[in-house]
Amino acid sequence: MTPPRYLLAIETSCDETAAAVITHDRHVLSNVVASQTDLHLRYGGVVPEIASRAHVQAILPVVKEALAKANVTLKDLEAVAVATRPGLVGSLLIGLTAAKSLAWGLGIPLVAIDHLQAHIYACQLATQQPLYPCVGFVVSGGHTNLYHCPTPITFNPLGGTIDDAAGEAFDKVAQILNLGYPGGPVIEAAAIHGDSHAVQFPQAFLHEDRLDFSFSGLKTAVLYAAHGTPGARAVPPPLNTQRIADLAASFQRAVIEVLVAKSVAAMHQTGETRLAVGGGVAANKAFRTSLSSAATRHGFEVFFAPLDLCTDNAAMGGLGWEYIDARQFSPLDLDVTPGLVRVSTDHR
Amino acid sequence: MIQQAEMVFMTQTERETVELGRKLGEVCVPGLVLALAGNLGAGKTRLTQGLAAGLGIDGDEVTSPTFGLVHEYSGRLMVYHFDTYRLPNDQSFLDLGAEEMFAAGGVCVIEWASKVAACLPANRIEIEIEAAGETTRRISLRAFGHREVEVLRAAYPGQPEVE
Repeated sequence: MTPPRYLLAIETSCDETAAAVITHDRHVLSNVVASQTDLHLRYGGVVPEIASRAHVQAILPVVKEALAKANVTLKDLEAVAVATRPGLVGSLLIGLTAAKSLAWGLGIPLVAIDHLQAHIYACQLATQQPLYPCVGFVVSGGHTNLYHCPTPITFNPLGGTIDDAAGEAFDKVAQILNLGYPGGPVIEAAAIHGDSHAVQFPQAFLHEDRLDFSFSGLKTAVLYAAHGTPGARAVPPPLNTQRIADLAASFQRAVIEVLVAKSVAAMHQTGETRLAVGGGVAANKAFRTSLSSAATRHGFEVFFAPLDLCTDNAAMGGLGWEYIDARQFSPLDLDVTPGLVRVSTDHR
Repeated sequence: MIQQAEMVFMTQTERETVELGRKLGEVCVPGLVLALAGNLGAGKTRLTQGLAAGLGIDGDEVTSPTFGLVHEYSGRLMVYHFDTYRLPNDQSFLDLGAEEMFAAGGVCVIEWASKVAACLPANRIEIEIEAAGETTRRISLRAFGHREVEVLRAAYPGQPEVE
């Protein structure tokens, strides 16, 4: 029996400081996230300490805990993987610097991974079945992007949001409807008791071939429906519990219908048979149900990231093994790439 | 006293709001700071898309930085596009490297700027967007500083100034 091989993965692209240990057979031994969600709640949706300082304070304890939970030591590690794009430059740098130091100190390879490819790869961690080639869909607070993914480490953008991300729309509509934070779960809960056809909200690009999204007009339409159109005499219905439920349900339907329609269109345009969906919005049950039934109707398979790997985490950095298997390592003078990569990343 | 000028526009459509931003983008100079104010759905990101287009950046590249906190775009000048919506205080804004970006020779655009007013340079252009109808927007631009006033006048020649 060959001895197990261990990869340490680090993720600091936005709010979360995370580390995980994944074996070469893609078994997640530990998955530690220093989440600020409890702080989010306390401050009503804002990030109290978003900056690199929080990552600096958290990174070493998080790495230590990931190693301890996996019951491995630093010298057991074969390589270190780290998300270097896209994200907030100061935050990415903390993770990269930690990863570089470990790789240099331990004399092991450094592997730079794409945060969005990792979100898609989270789906592969939940199935024994080969996922690639596939269409990858990242739907979160910061992203709503469709990719054609020939392999785990290559992808080509098919389309994305031109303004607000889907998850951001959920958060802002939750604020408009006074439902609290985070927006996804509270809208979903309120929508259960609402009529999803009470209001017909705009669904940008729904009937166009382009695989892009726009949720900013939808957000504004919900604002007007809830609190009245500026300059208009008409007074909107009172914003009582039922009205809030109706608006939440109608909003959620509008978003999901667009997400599902564009997923189906992407499958048709690429001719792929498997769709992989990651990111925080992939945790929305109504979205999962609706997309699963569309997949059945249109004859493709859909894979969702496991619930605990939908939001930002380092376990999805198991993607690093794909780079290692392809012998694609990164130099120690590597820099971060904060911007969204809009061209193919199959070379570097 | 710091030189000042103010102009007020009424735009009837989203396209006109984008166009207003584009004209300003075309005459932006290095180091300019643009402070955007306006409620949810007012059109801050839309106006920024126009501004970026005026700097030679594809408007579709410009997305809401609410989650990312700051987006960078490369055009005739670099654009640093901030969003303070999720930030609780001035320190968290400074922690993003705001002062370095003010001094980086690009154009800084700050959405929800009033939340971090104390961190902004005195020389700036304040842009306030108010929803006056379904797509009608009242947009006021206030320039503070000699260079900022010149930029404003160059962007909208002939536009009367508010006394």
